[in-house]
Amino acid sequence: MSAKIFSRTNLGLILIGIVTMAFLACGGNSGGGDIRLQGAGATFPNPLYQKWVSEYGKLHTNVKIDYQSVGSGAGIKQIKERTVDFGASDSPMKDEDLKSAPGEILHIPTVLGAVVLTYNLSGVSQPLRFSPEVVADIFLGKVKKWNDPRLKTDNPGVSFPDSDITVVHRSDGSGTSAVFTDYLSKVSPEWKEKVGTGTSPNWPAGIGGKGNEGVTGQVKQTPNTVGYVELAYAVQNKLPVGVIKNKSGNFIEPSIDAVTAAAAGSLATTPEDLRVSITDAAGPTAYPISSYTYILAYKAQPDATKGKVLVDFLWWGIHDGEKFAKDMQYAPLPEEIVKRAEAKINSITAGGQPLR
Amino acid sequence: MSDWRRRLSPTGNTGDAFFRAAMFAVALLMLLLVVAMIWALASHSMLSIRRFGFGFLTSREWNPIKDQFGALAFIYGTIVSSLIALVISVPLSLGIAIFLVEQAPVYLSRPITFLVELLAAIPSVVYGLWGIFVLAPFLRVYVEPPLARWFGWLPMFQGPITGIGLFTGGIILAIMVTPIISAVVRDVLSAVPNTQREAALALGATKWETTRVVLVNGAPGIAGAVILGLGRAIGETMAVTMVIGNRPEISLSFFQPSYTLASVVANEFTEATADIYLSSLVELGLILFFVTFIVNAIARMLVWKVTRKTSSVGMAV
Repeated sequence: MSAKIFSRTNLGLILIGIVTMAFLACGGNSGGGDIRLQGAGATFPNPLYQKWVSEYGKLHTNVKIDYQSVGSGAGIKQIKERTVDFGASDSPMKDEDLKSAPGEILHIPTVLGAVVLTYNLSGVSQPLRFSPEVVADIFLGKVKKWNDPRLKTDNPGVSFPDSDITVVHRSDGSGTSAVFTDYLSKVSPEWKEKVGTGTSPNWPAGIGGKGNEGVTGQVKQTPNTVGYVELAYAVQNKLPVGVIKNKSGNFIEPSIDAVTAAAAGSLATTPEDLRVSITDAAGPTAYPISSYTYILAYKAQPDATKGKVLVDFLWWGIHDGEKFAKDMQYAPLPEEIVKRAEAKINSITAGGQPLR
Repeated sequence: MSDWRRRLSPTGNTGDAFFRAAMFAVALLMLLLVVAMIWALASHSMLSIRRFGFGFLTSREWNPIKDQFGALAFIYGTIVSSLIALVISVPLSLGIAIFLVEQAPVYLSRPITFLVELLAAIPSVVYGLWGIFVLAPFLRVYVEPPLARWFGWLPMFQGPITGIGLFTGGIILAIMVTPIISAVVRDVLSAVPNTQREAALALGATKWETTRVVLVNGAPGIAGAVILGLGRAIGETMAVTMVIGNRPEISLSFFQPSYTLASVVANEFTEATADIYLSSLVELGLILFFVTFIVNAIARMLVWKVTRKTSSVGMAV
């Protein structure tokens, strides 16, 4: 009789069945001879890393890599606590973070990104040009009007309205903000002293939008605004972007090549451990608000099998993986940096034995 | 039969004993959960509690780069945005519920009830995106300028108008809270026995006077609905973050950007690396917990006072 299906005993049996199946489902993943790597960190390179993971998985079917884009800060935390096999961060780890880690952590640069200014100013068709000091003073709240004489000097022939500038910045902690404030700290002593560099600075002016989409939304919806977003995001959404004067005095339109040029222009100042800020870089064609993004890995790997897979994956990434970068609006590493990253990867060991 | 079993269930029925024990365990679980949450929040915020002490509550400085942390601006933003929401949504929800229960013909009340309940189920991120793309521009162009023109003598309606800020945050909260409050109030009003209405009408009361009798009868339930809405407003994160401007500042003007406790935790938690920074964020969570607690307690006390007064008045009538 069908009505009896839900009698008390049966209900108990059904419950037990469900619980058992849930347990079986959980345990099912660990089967097979797969090698699993767990990574976590920066959100900015996430689309590229997912592409890498899926392409690498096609070549090596026994390797399963799982990358979670939880943010650079969380990535650093997790690699320090050894809860992941590799971390990822947009800005290099600080000295004190490296010191408090349980082992030596290497920085492997993977690609480069850039931060661009985007704005909403009606009646202006050509890209606006900005000097570094003007950018800093706008975000400091000192340049208040669009018809400021300094903006006029940089943009001859543009008729600016007599309206207030509304600054839009990221409200969530973000590597994008870190790169942008790092740049502002370099070009403006006042910014460096008053605000400084960080993922969540105390902004002197403006309103905060959550994520690239939040900033873009507010810039698009509010007239007379200026904000900053990632280059890739601006290109994909066809936002108007600012042209910025670099260290050599040239106005540079943000582009992938100009970002790689910034890395190449900074080679002389790039230290051995590759932890470097390349904002305000030298070089006539360098875009000044550029940055590396890194994968973080322990030099001494605890597990030889996993370590070998990680080393092979990283090697593949900085060579074959780079060809996916441009299509996804990331700037590939310059040749010289690939060589230096190779040396880093080659220095990774497990139990004292090199893995490559 | 053993002694403990008899104590659990005087009738000696095993099923009853089991049922009672199970329900007790579930109730206890709730209590444990609250205790565990407070304990976890408190222990993780120990670092910042020790470093800043009571000054954390009174400082409006929030600068992660310089390791300066204070919660006052967030507490202010949370409470003021929730109050704006309640001031708008409570009369609105009461009106909706009264119309649905007391006045609307069935062919209207059914679909409207359904729509109101549908609104209550929309995810907050959807409200947030709608807030950025529709509500904020609308308020900037059509609502805030007239407010500034007519009520500009009040500090609340002064300052530059961007469409992003405390006012927009409060409005979006009001929109989100209204369906919840009105759905609950509707249930409360329809639970008021019809004999009450009949009695009032029989005494020659008008429709409005009858409604007042019903409202007095339902007062504790209505208050419960408002508290539920307030709880949602205080804890709401995503939608508010999108439109409030996220600026830790205390400004009397509703047009200026502000920041709430829930928003700053959601915004900054992922990228917080320094221990003191993380600890301060967790302490904000702890404060949110207590703000909710205190506001709830105050609301309940008000309700208790009001219902005592009105019920005695009701009896006198």
